[in-house]
Amino acid sequence: MPGRLSAHLRRLESEAIHIMREVVAEFRKPVMLYSIGKDSTAMLHVAQKAFFPAVPPFPLLHVDTTWKFREMIAFRDDAAKRAGMELIVHVNQDGVRRGISPVASGSSVHTQVMKTEGLRQALDQHGFDAAFGGARRDEEKSRAKERVFSHRSEAHAWDPRNQRPELWHLYNTRIRQGESMRVFPLSNWTEFDVWDYIQAEDIPVVPLYFAKERPVVRRDGALIMVDDERLPLKSGETPEMRRVRFRTLGCYPLTGAVDSDADTLDAVLAEMRDSTTSERQGRLIDSDEAGSMEKKKREGYF
Amino acid sequence: MSGDANHFALPTLRFLTCGSVDDGKSTLIGRLLYEQKSIFDDQMSALERDSKKHGTVGDDIDFALLVDGLEAEREQGITIDVAYRYFSTKKRAFVVADTPGHEQFTRNMATGASNADLAILLVDARKGLLPQTRRHAFIVSLLGIRDVVLAVNKIDLVGHDPHVFSSIVKDFETFAERLNFRSVTPIPVSARYGDNLSEPSQAMPWYTGPTLVGFLETVEVRDRRADGPFRLPVQWVNRPNLDFRGYAGTVAGGRVSPGDEVAVSASGRTTRVLRVIASGHDVEAAEAGDAVTLTLADEIDIARGDLLADPKARPPVADQFAAHVIWMSEERLLPGRSYLMKIAEKLVPVTVTDLKHRIDINSLEHNAAKTLGLNEIGFCNFATSAPIAFDPYGKNRDTGAFILIDRATNATAAAGLVDFALRRATNIHLQDLAVTKAARAALKHQKPAILWFTGLSGAGKSTVANVVETKLHARGVHTVMLDGDNVRHGLNKDLGFTDADRVENIRRVGEVAKLMVEAGTVALCSFISPFAAERRMVRELVEPGEFVEVFVDAPIESCIARDPKGLYKRALAGEIRNFTGIDQPYERPEHAEVVLAAGEATPEALADQVIAALEERGIIQRF
Repeated sequence: MPGRLSAHLRRLESEAIHIMREVVAEFRKPVMLYSIGKDSTAMLHVAQKAFFPAVPPFPLLHVDTTWKFREMIAFRDDAAKRAGMELIVHVNQDGVRRGISPVASGSSVHTQVMKTEGLRQALDQHGFDAAFGGARRDEEKSRAKERVFSHRSEAHAWDPRNQRPELWHLYNTRIRQGESMRVFPLSNWTEFDVWDYIQAEDIPVVPLYFAKERPVVRRDGALIMVDDERLPLKSGETPEMRRVRFRTLGCYPLTGAVDSDADTLDAVLAEMRDSTTSERQGRLIDSDEAGSMEKKKREGYF
Repeated sequence: MSGDANHFALPTLRFLTCGSVDDGKSTLIGRLLYEQKSIFDDQMSALERDSKKHGTVGDDIDFALLVDGLEAEREQGITIDVAYRYFSTKKRAFVVADTPGHEQFTRNMATGASNADLAILLVDARKGLLPQTRRHAFIVSLLGIRDVVLAVNKIDLVGHDPHVFSSIVKDFETFAERLNFRSVTPIPVSARYGDNLSEPSQAMPWYTGPTLVGFLETVEVRDRRADGPFRLPVQWVNRPNLDFRGYAGTVAGGRVSPGDEVAVSASGRTTRVLRVIASGHDVEAAEAGDAVTLTLADEIDIARGDLLADPKARPPVADQFAAHVIWMSEERLLPGRSYLMKIAEKLVPVTVTDLKHRIDINSLEHNAAKTLGLNEIGFCNFATSAPIAFDPYGKNRDTGAFILIDRATNATAAAGLVDFALRRATNIHLQDLAVTKAARAALKHQKPAILWFTGLSGAGKSTVANVVETKLHARGVHTVMLDGDNVRHGLNKDLGFTDADRVENIRRVGEVAKLMVEAGTVALCSFISPFAAERRMVRELVEPGEFVEVFVDAPIESCIARDPKGLYKRALAGEIRNFTGIDQPYERPEHAEVVLAAGEATPEALADQVIAALEERGIIQRF
């Protein structure tokens, strides 16, 4: 019952619902980016409430890099089915033909081709004029300054110097033909809020977030899970079984696990209260150089 | 990640920090995040790396780098945008809007203030109050923030001197008398060293007030909207099947429960609430801030943009009202130009009918003005194309705030705060006319229309229009000619050639042309009309199909060569200012009904193209 949510979460949920309804009322063809992680999962849950008793009037889109954890893919298909929503899975076939992979091409080329370009292809191919993303402002410095309604040019580019001021809850949704909007309903949520919401609403999440014995190798200081046979082991590397979990989920060769015993939501929340590292620490793609996220975003990364 | 926002007694506090350049805003926020353990180890090591590369404080950690997010501003050492930060203490959760101090970015400060409960105004103890501090205090007050903290920063650099502190406080209190604050809490701090942030400073035994964090943790800034009358701007109509019709939106005032009477503001009709759905369930009550879906007892006409309200405390409904605006665009505000106004969920064309005054935000004096530029604040009369329901901003931020959108660029041009209705729309009754436009036109056996010739000076607009009128006249069509030069000798002889005057020139001509259409005639209008916005304004004065835009497209070179009135020669010599095509832009029509490639054909041939287009559109009969 709604009484379960604290005033703080209720306010965040209402704000997210307001943003989603605004998009549905103003845009011709919206889509919700569904990346399978906890933020996307919370966002999808809010969407089901926003349009209740209707099913959310837009499809889900997953840009599959083909390197996601196997458990993520299984969870994705279930989640879409439970929500009764259409799921569009897009793979950058050109990237596949070129043999792009995080192992062979390195993290930044892989991300650029399979995620950023893949996303642009999918948006263009279906003619979506608004796309929801689960990004939060507390994730990263350049995110902190992004608008809730973030305008993109015809080439999907983001211009951080030319953002529309966003006052009150009055969102300027006007775009020209060919332009689009990225919309972030969870902008004002923190990582903690997301977990708290998942707990309060009892929302299923990918089991990878909970501690379990998993085969991992230590690489550049990170624990990388050997999710399938495609991960070439370097000399001296032997997978060992460790009790680990993930704070953030991406392509498995690019996502570091943390040692943990937290195998329930309560334990995960308790662990987070004591945590001294940020969730993006597990993301190898951000540490290339300072400002790397901003560069990616300008080029069309979510 | 300290604290758990969901078990706090007090609601999350949203505040903004503002002050002049280099007063230490970013440092203050960085330090607050650091002290509240909201900076993780990996972010800390990135900060240490960045401090060596970009830092401005020697070997110490430069806390400002934590919050100055974008590359460009890191390189320039300034904050160029609003950044939102989240942290919590054991007692409360906070959202911080960090806003820039540079004058040209005042719009971002207003943005940060629009959703804040409280403001921290930073002052550099060495410099005292600066013009920028006053401006920000004024904007904060204008946007309805009632509680401010005056943080006198860098107090260490004046030897922690209590006299410096008290003299700055006195200066501010004198200035703030003219503003609308409920409380001003002065605190001496050093953001760099953390004095009086979380812990009382050892260096300032003379200061016995609260620390900054101690104050923020306990200050009560209650959202009073729930105590006001019920308001629900309808955002979206939910109709999944024939059995369900729900009106979705976020409650903007008061409370609502099943059984309550509600009125639809525009039509005045009332009905009863059947169900209140919030967070995906039926609930007994919802209040301001809750996103809800209501079902109603009667099927009455309600659409996105309508305002549902308490029938005993209905909002004013008007099509003319007075409001403050903060101009946010490089393109200046032009009275008479049509903008889109978004208020609550309603989007409606609007014009500024009168710019009453501009506010000098240093002296707070009211000055006469013809336009507003970027970051200027004015007080204006507005006229909307349809009546809207609203509350004065002072009573309800959600139903009294609006933005203006530039119709050509889609940019957010201004933020506005409604003060009061100029006259109630319910009192203006358009005189019902016994003889209609259609009846007048039928008597003449013709369809009325506006033929709008636009193009550069010397393109041949008047020449072609004259030939067209001759041809129409020969066919027995009743016409009238409104020519730019002729109109300026009479109706518009008080107007010059500035942007503002050009807009007013076209507005008047448009109204006259509309009267001509009402009279059943075909009005030929020949005006440079350089701005797309005004051409669209005239187009919208009449019914669809009655406005035919004829773009006389001649290259500027051939206009200069032709120069029938010798004007280009004088403009190029600098003798005439604001000359279209020379020192003032001409916005080419993108969707003109007729485009004439002038310069390649005779006026006779061009006129025939216009006649053919009129036949095609059924405005005149084919022979």
